[in-house]
Amino acid sequence: MVKMVISGNSASAYGSKLARAEVIAAYPITPQTSIIEKIASLVANGEFETQFVKVESEHSAMAACISASLTGARTYTASSSHGLLLMHEMLIWASGARTPVVMSNINRANGPPWSVWADQHDTMAQRDTGWMQIYCESNQEVLDSILMAYKVGESRDIMLPSMIIEDAFILSHTVEPVDMPDQSAVDDFLPAYDPEMKLDVDDPHGFGSLVMPEWYMEFRYKIAEAMDKTRDKLRDVQKDFESRFGRSYGGLMEFYECEDAEAVLVISGSVASTAKEVVDRMRSAGKKVGLARLRYFRPFPVDEVRWLAKNVNCIGIVDRSYCFGHGGPMAAEIYGALMPVADKPIVKNFIAGLGGRDLTPEVLERLYENMLAIRSGGVDMEIEWVDVKDGRGG
Amino acid sequence: MSKFKRDYKKHQDLPLMPITFVSSEENQTGFWKTFKPVLEKEKCIKCAICWKFCPEPAIDIGDDDYPTFRMEHCKGCGICANECPKDAIQMVMEEE
Amino acid sequence: MMVKLTIPEEELMMPGHVGCLGCGATLAMRYTLKALGKRTIISVPACCWAVMPGVYPYMCLDIPMLYTAFEVTGASISGIRAALTAKGIDDITVVGWAGDGGTADIGIQALSGAVERGTDVMYIMYDNEAYMNTGIQRSSATPIGAWTTTTPVGTTQDWKRMPKKNMVDIMVAHKIPYTATMSVGYPEDMIKKLKKAKGIKGPKFIHIFAPCPTGWRLAPDKTIEIAKMATACGAFPLYEVENGVYKISRKPKELEPILPYLKMQGRFRHLPEDALDDIQTRVTKEWKQLLRLEEFTAGNE
Ligand SMILES: Cc1ncc(C[n+]2csc(CCOP(=O)(O)OP(=O)(O)O)c2C)c(N)n1
Ligand code: SF4
Ligand SMILES: [Mg+2]
Repeated sequence: MVKMVISGNSASAYGSKLARAEVIAAYPITPQTSIIEKIASLVANGEFETQFVKVESEHSAMAACISASLTGARTYTASSSHGLLLMHEMLIWASGARTPVVMSNINRANGPPWSVWADQHDTMAQRDTGWMQIYCESNQEVLDSILMAYKVGESRDIMLPSMIIEDAFILSHTVEPVDMPDQSAVDDFLPAYDPEMKLDVDDPHGFGSLVMPEWYMEFRYKIAEAMDKTRDKLRDVQKDFESRFGRSYGGLMEFYECEDAEAVLVISGSVASTAKEVVDRMRSAGKKVGLARLRYFRPFPVDEVRWLAKNVNCIGIVDRSYCFGHGGPMAAEIYGALMPVADKPIVKNFIAGLGGRDLTPEVLERLYENMLAIRSGGVDMEIEWVDVKDGRGG
Repeated sequence: MSKFKRDYKKHQDLPLMPITFVSSEENQTGFWKTFKPVLEKEKCIKCAICWKFCPEPAIDIGDDDYPTFRMEHCKGCGICANECPKDAIQMVMEEE
Repeated sequence: MMVKLTIPEEELMMPGHVGCLGCGATLAMRYTLKALGKRTIISVPACCWAVMPGVYPYMCLDIPMLYTAFEVTGASISGIRAALTAKGIDDITVVGWAGDGGTADIGIQALSGAVERGTDVMYIMYDNEAYMNTGIQRSSATPIGAWTTTTPVGTTQDWKRMPKKNMVDIMVAHKIPYTATMSVGYPEDMIKKLKKAKGIKGPKFIHIFAPCPTGWRLAPDKTIEIAKMATACGAFPLYEVENGVYKISRKPKELEPILPYLKMQGRFRHLPEDALDDIQTRVTKEWKQLLRLEEFTAGNE
């Protein structure tokens, strides 16, 4: 094992290499570009044996990955924002065709207005596509999550694709020390992809035929059932990974100082690191606050959310995206998960950090103070657009 | 194929995605037809042109080199009759 | 059996498919598989051919077939080829099989990408000259003058006003190693060219003329007859272009007039005299141009 000081994008490229992805099809977009540049240079230098298809669009990237996967190859791609949006049709195809493609997506705001900076609107808009979604906090988590995603997705009872998600620039372009596991250790953990069925001239079948209404639902149900199974599967795989590599990330939702907390913020992505610092600082000042870092948005951490609601009666949800006409997507789903909980906590939805607006410790501290205040005083507003300039601010 | 259950009744019996495994030959499209081909053997010169142009394909060339029509699949398009150089195939109305 | 068959006997397309009566696209597939054989993987996007094999669990092809989205054929076959290469397999023919709409319209980007990358695949466009699966809407490969449900003539004479897009020209502009036109009216020519294409490394683009009785308002027994007429009158000339060198496969001494070809099809019924004349002028001009291309590129291997 070696330690390298690398960006999240480099960690992604090395993740695909360590996983021995056999076919990579990708198209450049800021801030994902350096992933595929890294892969191209690894291939050009003979360090990475893979078929790198330099497709003419993201839509084709995903189509090529799906077809390669159905031919029996392990596949990888990477994209961001508009590239991810262009893939939408094929994302749904990937899960429908039961192809365990793994993709890195750099969370970047959607245009217009053009913005290359971080928010989660691109991936949140893909939440119904049948992909697992893993929001990472560190470059190490990016690399490790790629390896685990193949293991989970390629299980024969799962066979579903995964998106490994990192924030634009904050992870994609910021270097951190990352442990590079030995190839042999990765090979032991992640054997070659071996699907039960593939396109095979010696055993010809049609893959994906027309299905009449009397059986369509059953095929969709099988996807839903597999996605539900991923919850246990990924917990098992994480345990296995921890026993081999000594790192763990906390299942579907990581709880930080939540046991006795009076107010908790639910946050995903790299902002969680800032939030942890804020929690430490406020704790040392005697304020009982905590952080729930949502790692998986799909499958959704229903049990974890309910556990949280039983322990903490004041929960703020920080959404780095917005569903126009409703609210923050994370909040909407958390509210849904809370339905059967008897004593519902006080909840509030913050919309913050869109298009790269910095979520500084000061901002987060303010949100915590606000939550502590509404715990006694009652909710001031259901949805707050944090620091949006409306002429009323100080 | 053992991986596939022909007599599927519930979702557990299905493959992960719709992977086909039954030959379309089981699907008897013969009932589509209004007209059926009838061969006049005397006229036939055994050139197999009808066989060549059948879009199903539903024409077999037998050991005697005469074409025979698989009525269970023939949809009655009439290409064979139209292409026969000797006019040896007639399309006649199917009787009930 | 004594008779000498002029095309291979082996059938890799089975009956029981749900193509319409007299469907030319089914014949295109039947002949193609006879030429390419069992070691072929085919990727098929949305089109009539995505329906024709049958509903689950039925399949009329005896080769592996991947159903794909409408516009991705070029990318899909790139992925299949990449996976086979990754596995060290190089004796399989990878075929993309799409309609004229899936090729000349919505799928042209992915096709262009696959060809430009030099992918070792065979892309086949079976051309029934409209979006037939969705019920006869115009495509850019619909010929000038044709009625379709989106060029419905009406009182404003809104038939297809623009000429058919020439995909072979577009492929030649990609410096493709091999591209050819073929017709179900001439299966022997089809099989000969497809076998040749199979032996060529790199991208191949095949354009197959596949009459559609349903969409052309044509009696179903006339599929082959109309296909032959199309070539005889120059509406659909048969030729191949190998590394930029044109070679006409069927060269009638003199073209037949196009009028009987148009008159046989309901989709051209509305055309007034001057429009018919205009079509004749265009076809004659294009045929002459093709003859010159052959002459001009001869020996330029
Ligand atoms: C993205 C997308 N847009 C539209 C469709 C609807 N659609 C399915 S097949 C088809 C027409 C196909 O035309 P062509 O490629 O010429 O094949 P044909 O049906 O004529 O054989 C259309 C428009 C689709 N499936 N996907
Ligand atoms: S609509 Fe035309 S191309 Fe489609 S199956 Fe029918 S005859 Fe064939
Ligand atoms: Mg068409």
